[in-house]
Amino acid sequence: MPLHQRLVPAVYILFLMLPIYWLLSMSFKTTNEILGGFSLFPQDFTLENYIEIFTDPTWYRGYLNSITYVVINTVISVTVALPAAYAFSRYRFLGDKHLFFWLLTNRMAPPAVFALPFFQLYAAIDLYDTHIAVALAHCLFNIPLAVWILEGFMSGVPKQLDEMAYVDGYSFPRFFVRIFMPAIASGIGVAAFFCFMYSWVEMLLSKTLTSVAAKSIAATMTRTASTAGYELGLLAAAGALTIIPGAIVIYFVRNYIAKGFSLGRV
Amino acid sequence: MINKTIKQSAWFFVIPVILLVAFNALIPLMTVVNYAFQETFGDNVFFWEGLTWFEQVLNSDRFHDAFLRQIMFTSVILLIEVPLGVAIALCMPRKGPWVSVCLVLMALPLLIPWNVVGAMWNIFALPDIGLLGYSLNSMGIDYNFTQQPISAWATTILMDVWHWTSLVVLLAYAGLSAIPEAYYQAARIDGASKWAVFRWIQLPKMKRVLTIAILLRFMDSFMIYTELIVLTGGGPGNSTTLLSIDLVKLALGQFDLGPAAAMSLIYFFIVLLICWVFYTVMMKNEQQ
Amino acid sequence: MAKLTLQDIRHSYLSNPQTDGDFAIKHIDMVFEDGGAYALLGPSGCGKTTLLGIVSGLISPTSGRILFDGEDVTNVDTIHRHIAQVFQFPVIYDTMSVFENLAFPLRNRKVPESAIQSRVVEVAKMLDLEEGIHRRASSVTVDGKQKISLGRGLVREDVNVMMFDEPLTVIDQNMKWELRSKLKELHQNVRTTMIYVTHDQTEALTFADQVLVMYEGRVVQSGTPVELFEKPGHTFVGYFIGSPGMNILPCKVSGETVEFSGLPVECGNQIESMQSLQDSRTTTEIGVRPEYVRFSDQGIPVRIRRVDDLGRHQLVHVEHEQHGIKLICPEDALIPEGSARIQFDKDRTFLYANKWLAGEGSHP
Repeated sequence: MPLHQRLVPAVYILFLMLPIYWLLSMSFKTTNEILGGFSLFPQDFTLENYIEIFTDPTWYRGYLNSITYVVINTVISVTVALPAAYAFSRYRFLGDKHLFFWLLTNRMAPPAVFALPFFQLYAAIDLYDTHIAVALAHCLFNIPLAVWILEGFMSGVPKQLDEMAYVDGYSFPRFFVRIFMPAIASGIGVAAFFCFMYSWVEMLLSKTLTSVAAKSIAATMTRTASTAGYELGLLAAAGALTIIPGAIVIYFVRNYIAKGFSLGRV
Repeated sequence: MINKTIKQSAWFFVIPVILLVAFNALIPLMTVVNYAFQETFGDNVFFWEGLTWFEQVLNSDRFHDAFLRQIMFTSVILLIEVPLGVAIALCMPRKGPWVSVCLVLMALPLLIPWNVVGAMWNIFALPDIGLLGYSLNSMGIDYNFTQQPISAWATTILMDVWHWTSLVVLLAYAGLSAIPEAYYQAARIDGASKWAVFRWIQLPKMKRVLTIAILLRFMDSFMIYTELIVLTGGGPGNSTTLLSIDLVKLALGQFDLGPAAAMSLIYFFIVLLICWVFYTVMMKNEQQ
Repeated sequence: MAKLTLQDIRHSYLSNPQTDGDFAIKHIDMVFEDGGAYALLGPSGCGKTTLLGIVSGLISPTSGRILFDGEDVTNVDTIHRHIAQVFQFPVIYDTMSVFENLAFPLRNRKVPESAIQSRVVEVAKMLDLEEGIHRRASSVTVDGKQKISLGRGLVREDVNVMMFDEPLTVIDQNMKWELRSKLKELHQNVRTTMIYVTHDQTEALTFADQVLVMYEGRVVQSGTPVELFEKPGHTFVGYFIGSPGMNILPCKVSGETVEFSGLPVECGNQIESMQSLQDSRTTTEIGVRPEYVRFSDQGIPVRIRRVDDLGRHQLVHVEHEQHGIKLICPEDALIPEGSARIQFDKDRTFLYANKWLAGEGSHP
C-alpha cells in the first residue's frame, strides 16, 4: 500500500488520541502541578485522584447508577423493538409507513426541548430520581434507532425461513426466539451496541432526571466542576474512567461495527 | 426486497413501541404546546396567548442570531466532516489485522459521554496549561478560547470534528467494503483513472450510507448542547450560543417558559422540515 | 486480436507453496488461436477463475509466462493488455446512462468524441441496446445490464481477448438462450478471441469451437465438443460431460485382456504395452457412456433396478454385483424385467489408467 494511504489513518488516529492522552495525563497530576503550569508528562505521578473516586461513594455510585440505567434502557429498547421491527419488515398494515417515519422523527427531537417537560412528567408520576426514569426517557431516541437497525437486518432474512418454521409446526413465539432471533443475532448485537452507546453518552436528560438516589456520573461531574472549584485532576480522572465501559463494548463488537452501519436502511 | 403480506394485526407487534415512545414524546410535547400558547403564573392557571410567543420569538434578534450561528456551525462541520471522513475511509486498509485496530481506535470518541468530551476539550484547549492552547500560544498564535470568539469557534468546530468524523468514516467504510471486487477489476479493464473509480463506482455505492451519515450529523449537530455548554458555556459573550443553549438559557435561566416553549416548537419544526426535504430529495434522486 | 499462449503456468495463493496441493493452477501449457471461441469448463474450485485472472493480469502467476502474439506480457498490467471481461453478475456504472457506460472505456482512452459517438451507436445496434440508450443504466433489465458490460468490451477495437466469467449465472432461463445465440453471432461477426468460463456443459458446448475441461488445477482435455463426448481423455471428462455421465467401472488387466469383475471386456484404446498397466501403483478403470451400452442375449449379467422415462429416451439403472451401470435406450424400446444381459460397444469403451485414458499420449 502506498505510504500516504497508511499515513492518513495514522495521522487521524493520532489526532483522536491527543485529547485522550491529555485527559489521562491530567488525571495523574496533582492539583498543584496542574495549576503550577504546563507540563507534557506528569512530574509528580499520583493515583490520588483515582483513589478518591474509588473511595468516595458519591463518585463510584455515579458510575453504577449510570451503568444501571444504560443496561435497563438497552434491554427495554431492544426487547420492544424486536417485534415492531419484525412487523415493519414482514407486513403491511394501515399507516405503517407513517408510523415508521413518526418513530424516526423522535430521533430528531432535541433533548434540550424535552428536558423541562420530562422533569415535570417524571416528577408527576413519582419516578423522578430513579434509574427507570432515565431508562424510559432514553427510549425516546433509542427505540426508533433500534427499530430502524433491526428492520434493516430482518429484511435481509428471507421470508422462506418463517414459512419453513410454520410448516415444521413451530408456534410463533417459539419460532421467533429459537429460529429468527439467532438468525439476526448480529443485528441484535449491533442494535444493543447503539442503544448502549447513545444512552451512555447522553447527559442532559440523565442529569435533569436524577438528583440523589440515582444520580448519574454526569450530574456528579457537573457538581464537582462547579462546587469543588478547580479540581481538574479529579475531573480528568472521572472523565477517563467513563471511557472504559465504551472501550470494552467497542472491543466486543469490533468485527460488527462496519457491517452494522451498512445494514441500517434509510 | 421482501414482498410483504397485508396483515392489520401486525399492529399488535408495534403497540409496545408506540406506547413507550408516545409516552415520552407526546406528553412532553403537549406540555410544550401548552406553554407555547398560554401564559401561566403557576397553580395550573393558564391564559390563552395564541401566537404571541411565536411572534415574539420569530421577531427577536436573539433567536435570529442563535439560528444563524446554528446554521453556520452545522454547515461548517458538515463541510469538514463528510469529505474528511470519506477521504479517511478511502485510505483505510480493506483487510488485515490493522482494520480492527483502526476501527476500535476511531470509534472511541463516539462512546465518550458528551459532557466528558466537553470537559476533555476544555482541559486540552486551556490556553495556559492545555496541550493545544499552550502549544498554539508558544508557537506565537494568540489563542484563548475563553476570551476570543474566533478561538472559541475554532475550538468548538475542532471538538466536533474530533468527536464525530469517525461516524462518517465508519459509515463510508461500511459502504466501501460492500463494493464487490469485480467493480474494481472492470474499472481497471476499462482504463478508469483513480478519480473516475471514485466518481463512478465508490461515490454512487456510498450514496446510501452517506445519506445516513449526513442526516445523522445534521440532526445531532443541530441538537448539540452538552459538549458545548461544558466547553464554552455559549461564550465568550453569546458567540457560541447555538439554538439548544439559547433555549435552555431562556427556559431555565430566565424561566421564560412561554417563549421557550414556542422556540422549542419552532426549533423542532425546523429540524423536521430540513430532514424531510433532504430525505425527499434523496429518495427522488434514487428513483430516477 | 491476438494469439494467446500460456507457457508452463503455475499459480499458488500461498506465499510459499510446498506440495502440489498448494497450487490452484498446477500446470497449464496452452495456446489459444487468434479468433477462436474457447470454453473453459469445470466445477467450482477447479482454478478456472484463477486462470482468467492470470490472463487478464489481475493475478500474476507464481511461475510461467503469458504471450500475446508472441510478445511476453507476464509483467504488463491489465490496462495495457487490451483485454475485455464480462463478469458473473453485471458490472455497470449505475449513475451513467447506457450510452455513457459504453463510451466510458473510450473516453478513458482519450478517443475523440466524434469517433466515440459513431462507435457506441454501432455497438448498441449490434446488441439491440439502441432503444433507450440515454436511459440510466440502473433502470435496464438484468440481461440488458449484462449486454452493457459486454458492450464496454466490444466498443474497443484494440481488444486482444474477450473473457466471460460465467456470464449467464443471473440471467433468466428463457433469456439465457437468446444471449447465448447473440454471443455466438457476435463471435462470428467480430472474430475476437473469446474465452468463456462456465460450469454448465450446455453453455460450453453450444458456445465454443474448442472446449477445455479443467479439473483440480489442470486442463485435463481440450477438444471439440464431439471429441470430448466420444473419447474422454480423463475419467473426470467422462463423468462431467454428458447427462448422465460416463459409467466408470473398476477393472483388472491380466495379460492382454481387460476384465470387469472376471468377465473380459474389449476396449477401443490403442495400447502398445499392456504390461506397464499391471503394476500395483496403477489403478485401472473402464469407461463407457450410457449411450453405448445395450441389452443383448449374451454379455454381462445384470439386474434391472429402475427405469426413468426421460421423454425421448429411457434411462435404465442396472446392477452387476455391487456396480451400478446406466444405459440409455430409445423411448419405444422394450426393457426386460428382472435380470438381463448387457454389452458395451467396443469402439466406445475405454481403458483408463490412474484416471487418464490409457496408452495415448503422455500424462503427468
